Amino acid sequence: MRETLDQWPFVIAAFAVAIVATLALVAWSWIAMHRAEAKRERARRR
Amino acid sequence: MHGFANPKRFLGLARWLTPLLLASGLLVAGGALAWGLFAVPPDRLMGETVRIIFIHVPAAWLGMAGWSAIAVASLVYLVWRHPLAAIAARAAAVPGLVFAVVCLITGSIWGRPTWGTWWVWDGRLTSMLVLAFLYVAYIALAQAAEREGVSARIPAIFGLLGAVNIPIINRSVVWWNSLHQPPSITMGKSAIDAAFLVPLLLAALGFSLIFGGVVLARMRALLADRQAEARLRRKALEAV
Repeated sequence: MRETLDQWPFVIAAFAVAIVATLALVAWSWIAMHRAEAKRERARRR
Repeated sequence: MHGFANPKRFLGLARWLTPLLLASGLLVAGGALAWGLFAVPPDRLMGETVRIIFIHVPAAWLGMAGWSAIAVASLVYLVWRHPLAAIAARAAAVPGLVFAVVCLITGSIWGRPTWGTWWVWDGRLTSMLVLAFLYVAYIALAQAAEREGVSARIPAIFGLLGAVNIPIINRSVVWWNSLHQPPSITMGKSAIDAAFLVPLLLAALGFSLIFGGVVLARMRALLADRQAEARLRRKALEAV
């Protein structure tokens, strides 16, 4: 008899990759934007 | 359209649109993924792995949409010389790369239980991998052009030439024999049951909103960096 593969670990791994990558992308772009705009404000005040 | 090429007008719009797109995108994508993970029934043939389409398909669409955005913005830059178009092209590169890589990884994870292999060198998978490499090359080229003060025309031409790969990815499953299934959704037609199609379209909408928000955030960051550099340079010249 052929043993069936448990598919849930694959589903969970795929969702984890997508969720971590998306959240990291959003956090990185948001932080980089705030840093760059703060740098511009500092340059303006100098 | 030309009105938004004015950085001041663009910033006025982007200031409220960026958090709105990101927050609504996270909410819609989160809801769609929860729906896909917990409420959708397993597929008759694919079983539980059908749930991976709710992230794999939107990631594939956005990976290709990112390069299409680079190509359109590059064309606008080359024809009308709008500096904001060059910034928009650069801003689409990192999110495009992230979604192309997510598409490749989730596709590979889906392939193992479905096809019995993590990877095959067929037209669809290979052209998608080429797209990821094109993104890396474009990002390196755009950064080098900015650092060396070279014209943004070089990355813009590369962005236009790289767009040749988009129809190749799209038609690869039609042109060549492939393990990858043919397109399930075409203009106005779908071979997917509504139980899967509705959360899939919702996930695509959510990830697209996130993509738009990230592009705006990257544009604001690149624009602010450029303005800060210009101001510091001007002040240094005044001090001499």
